Amino acid sequence: MGKRVAIVGFGQTYQRSSRKDVNGVELINEAVQTALKDAGLTINDIDAVVIGNMDHFEGINYVDMWSVEGSGAVMKPIIKVTTGGTTGTTVAMCAYYHVASGLFDRVLAIGWEKNSESDTTGAIITAFHPVWERPNLGGAIAGLAVEASKYMHNYKITERDGARVAVRERLHALNNPYAHLHQEWMKGMKVEQIVDMLVGSEQNQVLAYPLRMSDMCPRTDGAAAAIFASEDVAEKLAPIPAWVHATANRHNYVYLGDLDWNVNETLRDSSRKVFKKAGIKEPLKQIDVCELYLPYSYAGLKWMEDIGFCGPGQGPKLVWDGITDMDGEMPVNPSGGVMSSNPIGATGLIRVGEAALQIMRKAGTRQVQKDVNFAFATGFGGCSWADVMLLGKNKPA
Amino acid sequence: MDKKEADKELLAIDSGDMFQPYRWSVGKYGSKFLLELKENKKLFGVKCPKCGRVYVPPRKVCGRCFVAMYEFVPVSDEGEIVVCAIIEFGFVDPETGKQRPVPYGYVFVKLDGADTALPHFLDSADPEKVKVGARVKAVFEENRKGSIMDIKHFTLI
Ligand SMILES: [Zn+2]
Repeated sequence: MGKRVAIVGFGQTYQRSSRKDVNGVELINEAVQTALKDAGLTINDIDAVVIGNMDHFEGINYVDMWSVEGSGAVMKPIIKVTTGGTTGTTVAMCAYYHVASGLFDRVLAIGWEKNSESDTTGAIITAFHPVWERPNLGGAIAGLAVEASKYMHNYKITERDGARVAVRERLHALNNPYAHLHQEWMKGMKVEQIVDMLVGSEQNQVLAYPLRMSDMCPRTDGAAAAIFASEDVAEKLAPIPAWVHATANRHNYVYLGDLDWNVNETLRDSSRKVFKKAGIKEPLKQIDVCELYLPYSYAGLKWMEDIGFCGPGQGPKLVWDGITDMDGEMPVNPSGGVMSSNPIGATGLIRVGEAALQIMRKAGTRQVQKDVNFAFATGFGGCSWADVMLLGKNKPA
Repeated sequence: MDKKEADKELLAIDSGDMFQPYRWSVGKYGSKFLLELKENKKLFGVKCPKCGRVYVPPRKVCGRCFVAMYEFVPVSDEGEIVVCAIIEFGFVDPETGKQRPVPYGYVFVKLDGADTALPHFLDSADPEKVKVGARVKAVFEENRKGSIMDIKHFTLI
């Protein structure tokens, strides 16, 4: 049994489509300074650093080396982890492991990306197998569209169901000054009315049938940093530390064609693993808020089922009933989620950080108006591997 | 200075066209598969001795059972669409540096006799026809080079 570990500080840049005013080092530094300030620490207090992004998105390798002046890792232990879409959650997991090991007391986790520096679709294609997969793959959009086709086929899901998720994410983003997309025009409109507009609008271009523009995440420049601390120091550093109760990740395929598209098996099993560890039997009742890596709308239906929040095909009812809205029983993505900001290497860490903020009651205008005992964060990579992390207000047993 | 003026002073340096060639090993099974495709227009998979799954493209280890696979089994050039999309947005193919022609049907085909699916092009971009469960057949290139693109595309039966 390792040390108990908590998140005691979090910082992020404002997520924007392009940050030409900073290079990678400077962008990273913004997030690190904010996180240190949040935890009331200086860089001298940090024992080790874990950093990640998707190297090939900027076409520059070895961020652990070239970012040290921004990350604060000069002459400190630093490790790069880069796991695709899950990079941000994996840096969080890796920082957790560092502290849980007992070897480090305060570890800084950093995720960042400048998507504006390359063509995201092209970069994503090169993450797949050159011989068997690249010739016909159309980036993340194609990979997600095919998943949607199967889910829609299996349960007679409509375009309106997908749009309902998109509307939730974009309405929540309006409460979050850090979010990239602020669709002010939605303000004050009824949910049904916005859904009708999205599915009826020709401007809402079909990117990869059945997915339209509004179903997808944006491309974002941004960075995030979180500070993980051991049980020996956490309570001195934060009035309400966000304790890590459990974390897990899973992979299950070599080629996309190996996947059983009926179920997101990696997300299902990693979720089950952490729920079991934390004694969660009824996730929908026992988890108070979620920050889920939902890169496209239908993930907000199907993956809710796979996580275990509802039964197969029940995702739309859960979402239409408002359970996952800000004022619902279990709000999902008060931050606006990935569909409102997606600086890929930071995206997973933002999920973890936003979940921590909800527990620490530091989420400001996006703080849920209920007690938060458990907050659940997930990461998603490729199609489709998963990282999950369960945070709690109470110190784990 | 307003934001627009300030932005003019912020430089971003273009890489220009870049070219970094690779040479990827496909292994014994991959080589045999691509040669069969090239020379005989035949497709095959490899069967796990433990769970019985037939993998296409063939590979040496069944990850779920973590055992070696030796048995090659023929699979049909016909099969069923398990998942699909119609790609409509334009993008540059990083493998060719050219625009990928759109729209195109993008399908994962479970060939008869296989348990995994092969991603490929479909020669239809009609949402009424590109459907989960539809039957399709491989159309082979005349001049084959030993690549998965020796299957030109799949066509609806
Ligand atoms: Zn097997």
